[in-house]
Amino acid sequence: MNNPLVTPELGLIIWSTLVFCILFFLLAKYAWKPILKAVKEREASIENALNAAEQAKNEMKQLSASNEALLNQARAERDEMLKEARITKDKMITEAKLAANTEAERIIASAREAIQNEKLAAITELKNQVATLSIEIAEKILKQELSTAEKQKSLIDSAVAEINLN
Amino acid sequence: MLKNYFVKTLVFTVFSLISFTSLKAENHDTLTTKHDENHETSENSEYDPIPVIMHHIADAHDWHFFDYNGHAFSMPLPIILWTDNGLVTFMSSEFHHDNSGEHIVERKDMRFIKFNEKIYSLKIGAPAGFSYDTTTPVLDLSITKNVFSMLMSVVIILFVFFKTAGHYTKNGAVAPKGIASFMEPLILFVRDDIAKVNIGEKKYMKFMPYLLTIFFFIWFNNLLGLIPWIGGANVTGNIAVTLVLAIFTMIITNINGNKEYWGHIFWMPGAPVPVKIMLIPIELVGVLIKPFALMVRLFANITAGHIVVLSLLSLVFIFKNASLGAVSVPFALFISVLELLVAFLQAYVFTMLSALFIGTAVAEHEHH
Repeated sequence: MNNPLVTPELGLIIWSTLVFCILFFLLAKYAWKPILKAVKEREASIENALNAAEQAKNEMKQLSASNEALLNQARAERDEMLKEARITKDKMITEAKLAANTEAERIIASAREAIQNEKLAAITELKNQVATLSIEIAEKILKQELSTAEKQKSLIDSAVAEINLN
Repeated sequence: MLKNYFVKTLVFTVFSLISFTSLKAENHDTLTTKHDENHETSENSEYDPIPVIMHHIADAHDWHFFDYNGHAFSMPLPIILWTDNGLVTFMSSEFHHDNSGEHIVERKDMRFIKFNEKIYSLKIGAPAGFSYDTTTPVLDLSITKNVFSMLMSVVIILFVFFKTAGHYTKNGAVAPKGIASFMEPLILFVRDDIAKVNIGEKKYMKFMPYLLTIFFFIWFNNLLGLIPWIGGANVTGNIAVTLVLAIFTMIITNINGNKEYWGHIFWMPGAPVPVKIMLIPIELVGVLIKPFALMVRLFANITAGHIVVLSLLSLVFIFKNASLGAVSVPFALFISVLELLVAFLQAYVFTMLSALFIGTAVAEHEHH
């Protein structure tokens, strides 16, 4: 039990206790407190910065997402407008075509009517002229046939001959 | 590749030479110490490394550097004694390097002798020389080699950490620079990997000053003990010092123990009543065994390191062959480097276990 290696010396125990206590209080007050405080503050500020960055990132993400949505909406609207325009165009064309057709048909019909009328008029005219010409010819012929008294007599003779008084 | 190898070889050689020169000094030192301690032993006898090693790892009343031409060169340290006649102080040089109890120093009508680095007061009329019958032990409050080394380490620790703290008080909570950038990772290591893990987020802050102090106190003293001449004192390998540190941990653990901690000691929940009664003494012994293990672990590890290095160097004198230095010096160098790791590791282990014990004392258990 007297091995000096494992026999604690009272003097050294007292000195170690004293020295350690002094060291502890000095360090606790003048070293650990400011150091730990500074480290903690710095960590907090770093964490805040990181959080802010994360937040900014999220905001950016949100912003870009809303931009995207806006763009999509605009695109959709444009498409809608184009579609509408196309429909309107088609409708207009169809309507125009229809109107044109109707008009053409009407024009053609009226033309046909006019032609018919003209034709009738022409035919009537022709008939009238033919009649007039016929009368004139007949007149001339008659005038020719009855120019002399002889001829008139012959005619009357023939006509009298023809008359069969039975 | 080759250049690198060359540089390594050069560094190794230089280190070996440095070690060898200190070895030479050690040579003389150890031989004369031996000579001092055993006056009657002749130079030709077998070399016994044990007293030399014991002398090196034990505490001393003066700081012995080397011997030259039979004269010991050492720094005297103050001797402070508490006796029946009050406080007695004188320098250790008064003993004239006598460690055999032959040289008497007279103060305040008392005669003191130093025997094996212990100071005794001779009874009235007793002759010089140590014997249990003729001497009475005195309360020795001397600034011994260990106390002096400890004070030195305290100065270094205070310097380092005041400087570190100064960096933050001056610049605010900025990134560390200079000495602070070296110490901050260690402080964070103690905080994050020792305190937070073992004590818990909520309560660790209260114990941070203690854990940091104990960590750096042990580490700096371990390192200082590895430096020959300047340090070389075996502070953390002294059982009195480790005892004090372990007692601090024990006190802090037990004064902070909550109801559940004491409940687990005196009335183990969830056990049948006879087992509960049986567990009381076991748990109570556990309260003492935990710090006891702390004390022995640190003491044994650090002392063992010193013994191994000194034993390796003693090989040269055991075999009386200087060429053995080619073997023992690289080995001693290897062990010394290993001791650098052990110095950190033991500081870590002591702090970690202290935090663990404190953590179990303050933990709030969920009731299963």
